[in-house]
Amino acid sequence: MTTRTAPVHRTFRQLAVKSPAELQFGRAPSPVACGFGLELGAGRVYPELNFTLPTMPLDEAHWSAVVAHYEEIGEMILRASQRLQLPGLMVEFELLPPMTERPAWGAEVTALLHCYLKQAHEEFGLPCALRVTPTDIRDITRPPILRSGEAWDCLRASFEQCATAGADVLSIESVGGKEVNDEAMLYGDVEGIVFALGVLAPRDMEFLWDEIVAVCSASKVLPGADSACGFANTAMQLSWQGMLPEVLAAVVRAASAVRSLVAYERGAVGPSKDCAYEGPILKAITGTAIAMEGKSASCAHFSPVGNIAAAMCDLWSNESVQNVRLLSGSAPEAYLELLAYDCRLFNKAIESGTEGAYQKLLVESDVHLSPQALVLSPESTIRLASAIVQESTHYRKTVAAAREAVRIIHDAVARDELRINSQEREWLARIERPLEGLPVDEEKLIGVAIEKYGHLFAPESYGL
Amino acid sequence: MKELQEIAQFLEQGQVQRVVALTRQLVDAGASPQMILNEGLIAGMSVVGEKMRSGEMYLPEVLQSASAMHASLGILKPLLAKEGAKPLGKVLLGTVKGDMHDIGKNLVGIMLQGAGFEILDLGLNVSPEKFVEGITTHHPSIVGMSAMLTTTMLNMRTTIDTITAAGLRAEVKIIIGGAPVSQKFADEIGADGYARDAVLAVGSVKHLLSLEK
Repeated sequence: MTTRTAPVHRTFRQLAVKSPAELQFGRAPSPVACGFGLELGAGRVYPELNFTLPTMPLDEAHWSAVVAHYEEIGEMILRASQRLQLPGLMVEFELLPPMTERPAWGAEVTALLHCYLKQAHEEFGLPCALRVTPTDIRDITRPPILRSGEAWDCLRASFEQCATAGADVLSIESVGGKEVNDEAMLYGDVEGIVFALGVLAPRDMEFLWDEIVAVCSASKVLPGADSACGFANTAMQLSWQGMLPEVLAAVVRAASAVRSLVAYERGAVGPSKDCAYEGPILKAITGTAIAMEGKSASCAHFSPVGNIAAAMCDLWSNESVQNVRLLSGSAPEAYLELLAYDCRLFNKAIESGTEGAYQKLLVESDVHLSPQALVLSPESTIRLASAIVQESTHYRKTVAAAREAVRIIHDAVARDELRINSQEREWLARIERPLEGLPVDEEKLIGVAIEKYGHLFAPESYGL
Repeated sequence: MKELQEIAQFLEQGQVQRVVALTRQLVDAGASPQMILNEGLIAGMSVVGEKMRSGEMYLPEVLQSASAMHASLGILKPLLAKEGAKPLGKVLLGTVKGDMHDIGKNLVGIMLQGAGFEILDLGLNVSPEKFVEGITTHHPSIVGMSAMLTTTMLNMRTTIDTITAAGLRAEVKIIIGGAPVSQKFADEIGADGYARDAVLAVGSVKHLLSLEK
């Protein structure tokens, strides 16, 4: 077990990046140094490669075959990073659920990948680092038991063992509040969404990130960040499937930044997670480096934000790709090449002083086509981040972010900079009305929400 | 009948109270509960499903219609039971062992329920043995399995093998869904059907039960 030191908590009352013009890719006010000489946010964008297993069993009997896949990927990284003359590389190892349930498995793969990166650094000087992301398995039961029990014990042990085995950065896509958010989103219930994102999720984040930061402090590993993937990316995907309006997905994205910010309040230092599309808001508030994904992550999922997601990134990721063969070679190698070329463009733009023009192209090519893209623009980011830091509690910050997202969409529509159909307009009004009617005092909302959603969550998991 | 068309329309609009009021009115007037179900509620939900498929309705609106249907069924169910009427079929749903993604599976349940099926949801991380136990206990016509991971989708095959070994394979039709699976995979593991999304799952289930072409 780790030795617990007194946690240092922070409150962000002003923006680290004060204007849209200062929000750039490759530069962050507080660069992060990690792993083998990799410095993020210090003037360059680096690829972040992520991968997963192909269709195969993940059990004791097939464990050696599983490890062989990661060895193959490690070999590929050694070869391809030289071939592509990468200026640096972040590798992310996202554990699959059984690798978190059996922490030694996750640690074994962590150690293996660490060795390959060490070799790359020693043999040809590649600045590189390994981000390890255990799976949040605490929702294996319903309602999820978040602060005790076997799943929590395994998750904590997974963090500890991966930290010891060679992780440079620890991250997570945590799920506290998701059990309510899922239901509320399906019903388009704005009150329920705000309750999940602004009341439940921050309470779990505080608990969880105190634990993660303690593990990191004890093992000299960076506490990276958390992603609202289970909330806002679920909304994005349901929207893509035509099940939810895009304006709702955009508002959920903006509001989800508050629960992700809690990680930084409890000691996370970044880089943020690639699938946390709320990353620009986190960068504006905290000044730390962010990972993003977009067009080069279409191997994992589609999105309406392929270019604009790149506009402020410090790491550029492919999200996840199976280790399968393509015509060119392995899929992870193909995607590493894609990322490498994307990053050459970012870095050439920075070197030539044309990053502003390049960023404008990335933004303008998406921003008028989707409300989800609109809320990711540098201008929207600063508006949302400002709304968040002006409020005092997580609940109020969440409400403020959601309301500001609605205003941003209204403004763009009024200026004819964004066209949305009548259904989407109707939904914008349906979102706005309950948002405006939310109580100032979160206790009032908690009372209503417990009546409505009390069957879905365990109050003790949130200290309620 | 004009009132049945109105029930279908109000259902489509998600007007719970109006659907309930019309249901009571028709029941009091002696209308057949089965007719109200088929020509009012299920007809209305069928339009709702089509509108969702074509992008004219979003899920929250569909769920509002489903709520209206449930409210009406609250009145009709005891009467249907008296008549010996049965649901279109029972569907046993679950996310396979090792997998904690359940939103897609839940949507399938909602859409099938709206189409008149009885849903028995085993939840997530469901072992093959629990599926077998569910079949033995509830005798569903359909078993629906969901998986989101490339490493858990193979548990669909294990589940089918376990159902077969238990001598229950002939009793049920099996349908699968989830991001990494496909019709080809369904064929490979011996499933009877595959659906790409929740709306299509309704048609697939009906097709498997020969309820529609």
